[in-house]
Amino acid sequence: MNYNWNWGIFFEASPEGNGTYADMLLSGLIWTIVTALCAWVIAFAVGSVVGVLRTLPSRAAQSVGNAYVELFRNIPLLVQMFLWFFVLPEVLPESWGTWLKQLPNAPFYTAVVCLGFFTASRVAEQVRAGIQALPRGQRMAGTALGLTTAQTYRYVLLPNAYRIILPPLTSEFLNNLKNTSVALTIGLLELTARARAMQEFSFQVFEAFTAATIIYIIINLLVVTAAGLIERRVAVPGR
Amino acid sequence: MFSNFDFSVILNSWRYLFFDGMTFTLTLTALAAVGGVILGTLIAMMRLSGLPVLPQIAKAYVNFMRSLPLVLVIFWFYFLVPYIGQWVIGAERPIQVGAFSSSLITFTLFEAAYFSEIMRAGIQSIPKGQAAAASALGLTYWQSMGNVILPQAFRNMLPVLLTQTIVLFQDTSLVYVLSITDFLGAASKVAQRDGRLVEMYLFAAVVYFAVCFIASLLVRRLQRRVAIIR
Repeated sequence: MNYNWNWGIFFEASPEGNGTYADMLLSGLIWTIVTALCAWVIAFAVGSVVGVLRTLPSRAAQSVGNAYVELFRNIPLLVQMFLWFFVLPEVLPESWGTWLKQLPNAPFYTAVVCLGFFTASRVAEQVRAGIQALPRGQRMAGTALGLTTAQTYRYVLLPNAYRIILPPLTSEFLNNLKNTSVALTIGLLELTARARAMQEFSFQVFEAFTAATIIYIIINLLVVTAAGLIERRVAVPGR
Repeated sequence: MFSNFDFSVILNSWRYLFFDGMTFTLTLTALAAVGGVILGTLIAMMRLSGLPVLPQIAKAYVNFMRSLPLVLVIFWFYFLVPYIGQWVIGAERPIQVGAFSSSLITFTLFEAAYFSEIMRAGIQSIPKGQAAAASALGLTYWQSMGNVILPQAFRNMLPVLLTQTIVLFQDTSLVYVLSITDFLGAASKVAQRDGRLVEMYLFAAVVYFAVCFIASLLVRRLQRRVAIIR
C-alpha cells in the first residue's frame, strides 16, 4: 500500500485557523453529544406519550399512536431530515418560514427536532412493548385501589415498564447518537462531518476516519457502562 | 399552502426517478440483503461454533460494526476499497472502484453484522436435541446445519430478516453522501436543477412511505402464514 501515513497530522494546525485538527474533531464530538442529548429529551418525552397512547383502552388514542409510529418508521431518516430542513420553511406561512431560515444554527435545531421525532417512534414501540409485557393484574389492581387511569400509569405501569425496557432503550439511545451523523447532509458539523472535512483539507483519509472510529467506539462503551450502572441502581430489590 | 405546488415537475421526471434511481436502490437493497444474510449466517455460525478464537472474532466484528454510524462506514469503504483492491491484485496504484461496487461492499459488510444477530437468535431457537439427533444419525456439522438447523432457523426468522431488509432499503438512501443517483439522489438532483425542493422531497417521502408501509403489511401477513404450529 503506497499511502503516506502521518499520525502527527492531528497536532498540525487546521486551515480553519482556530486550532489543530484534533481540536476540530473534538468540536465535532461535542456537537454530536449535544445533538444526541437534546434529541433524546424530545424522543423520550414524545415516545413515552405515543407509547402510552397505544396501550390505552380508547380506540381513537390507539389509532393516533399507531399512525405516528407508522409515519415516522416508514420514511428514511435522511428524507425526514430534508423535509424538516428544506420543505418545512416553504410550506409554513411566509413570516414563520423566513424566521426559520434566518435562525442561527438552523442545522442544529433541525437535527434535534428531526432526530427527536424519529427516535420517538422507536421509543414508543419499546414503551408499548414494556407496558404490554406487564401482567394484566397490575392495571386491574391499580383500578381496584381506586387510582384513575393517569395515576395507574404514573405510579404502577410506567415505573415497572421503564425498568423492563432499559436495555432496548440503551440501544435506541446509541442508535440516536449514531444517527446524528446523518445530519451532516444538512450541514451540522458533527464528528463524522469533521472527520470528512479533515480528510478533504489534509488528504490523510485513514488517520481522520480511524480517529472518528475510535471516538465512536469509546462513546459506545461509556454509554453501555453507564446504562449498566443505571440498571443496577434502579433495579427493584429482591427480584 | 399548496397554491404554488407544481406537479408537472414530478410528471416530467418520474421516468428518471424510477428507471435510474429506484432501479439502483432496489438492486443495491436486493444484492446487499442476499450477501448480508449469507455472510451474517456464517458469522452467526462462527459465533456459535464453540471453537477457539472464532467466536471472539465474530463477536468483535459484530460489536465493531454496530457501534459505528453507517455514514462513517460508507466513507470508510469508499476510500478504503480502492487500496484493498490494489493490495489484492497487486496493482501499481489504487484501483478505480465504481460507486455501485463500493456501496454494495459497504452495505453487505455492514448489514451482515445485523443479520448475524438475527440468525444467531434463529439458530438458538432450534432445540439443542435436534443438533444432537443429527450428529447421532451420523450427519457431519455441515450436513446437520444445511439440512436440519438452518432451514428451520430461516423459516423462524424470515419475518425479522425481511423487516431488516426494509430497514436496509431505507438505509440505502444514505449513499446520497457519495452523490450517487439512487432514488433519493435522483429526486435531489431534479429538485436542485428545477428549484423544486418541496415537490420532489415530498414525493420521495410519499414513495418511500408507500413502499415500506406496504412491504411491512405483507411481512406481517407472511408472519402469520409461515409460523410453525408447535
